[in-house]
Amino acid sequence: MRVTLTIALSGLLAMPAYAAEFDVDVQIPQLKVAEYHRPYVAVWIEGADNKAAANLAVWYQDKDTKEGHGTKWLPDLRQWWRRSGRTLDLPVDGVTGPTRPAGEHALNFDTSDPRLARLAPGNYTLVVEAVREVGGRELLKIPFTWPAKAPQSGKAQGKTELGAVALTITP
Amino acid sequence: MKRSLAPAITLALALVAALPITASAHKAWLLPSQTVIAGDAPWITVDAAVSNDLFYFNHVPLRLDNVAVVAPDGSKVETQNGATGKYRSVFDVQLQQEGTYRIGVTNHYLVARYDDNGKPKRWRGTADTFASEVPKDAKGLEVSESVSRVQTFVTKGSPSDTVLKPEGTGLELVPVTHPNDLFAGEEATFRFQVDGKPAAGLEVGIVRGGTRYRNAQDEIKATTDANGEFKVTWPEAGMYWLETSTQDDKVSMPQAKQRRLGYVATLEVLPQ
Repeated sequence: MRVTLTIALSGLLAMPAYAAEFDVDVQIPQLKVAEYHRPYVAVWIEGADNKAAANLAVWYQDKDTKEGHGTKWLPDLRQWWRRSGRTLDLPVDGVTGPTRPAGEHALNFDTSDPRLARLAPGNYTLVVEAVREVGGRELLKIPFTWPAKAPQSGKAQGKTELGAVALTITP
Repeated sequence: MKRSLAPAITLALALVAALPITASAHKAWLLPSQTVIAGDAPWITVDAAVSNDLFYFNHVPLRLDNVAVVAPDGSKVETQNGATGKYRSVFDVQLQQEGTYRIGVTNHYLVARYDDNGKPKRWRGTADTFASEVPKDAKGLEVSESVSRVQTFVTKGSPSDTVLKPEGTGLELVPVTHPNDLFAGEEATFRFQVDGKPAAGLEVGIVRGGTRYRNAQDEIKATTDANGEFKVTWPEAGMYWLETSTQDDKVSMPQAKQRRLGYVATLEVLPQ
């Protein structure tokens, strides 16, 4: 009885006590190249107007090297820089972090995360952009509808700088 | 003209004469090392030259006498490490402010053409030097005023609009689409104005760089509408050279009968 009541209430509030999740899986491919640098990667959500609605993750080198500070190369994430990066005061807590090695990277967000919770209902696109020093650049998009009333999933397959990218929304 | 100075003056005139006045002249350009920049106080370097091929320096350098850099807050920025070589000039600019910088060369001259003992003579100078250098009784004397701008734009961080505001004199580009927010496959809108008023019917030519490695100029042509505006959809990413010119009789130098106005911009278009 108690359980039923809890579920009924949480249904009314649309904020269930158990986690509704927004999961992004990003694969950085292993590359056989003479000179390898980890890619800069940006993961963000764009609205139907192509404007950045939420920054989920940005991985870059946030320190000085003999070639200058790592922020110097952020505009090479061309679309992210244009949509969001150039207006940000970096670093951003909970968004920016160091570059990551080749492999699978799971980004799990609770749908109550303020970046997701404040999205107005509508059609959105998850965008993943990667650029690598002395390498290439690749951008993948996965459309989704927000808020999700039923489970949603989408996939995109990179060819060069990104591997498989997957989005799973569990309401 | 004193004999001993003649070689130097002739050289200077030859270089100045290469500046664009008409569409058929060589192309003058400024080429920034990059246009979209991040960092605390990053540097860019700029090449300045006059050539037929874009953007290769193989003709004459663009003189830096009248180069001016305007910061996002409207203040003037000194260029650094300026040098002029055989084929190009070069200078550095440090970007200390957030926003858009305008880098430009504005040349304002009197140009005289006359018959010098049977030989066609072309003279260029200022209103002050005209009286002393051009013979008063020159045969077939034609005097015109020339105002030309060669510009480019670079942005550190978020684009700003202060330096895009026109000065209201001569031929100027008034970007509707920000000149550092241009992307392949997207449409951009620009406006031209003369003395602050929309310039209708101007023919605008746009050529992408790298002409040495293709067999055609691939020039994009556009004509300004009644509002002085034209639109261009960038076919691909690259550094583009944009040019237009016009003439009228609204002279500011009393010796001239005609005014020639030229404008050139270098614009970077980025990939999607």
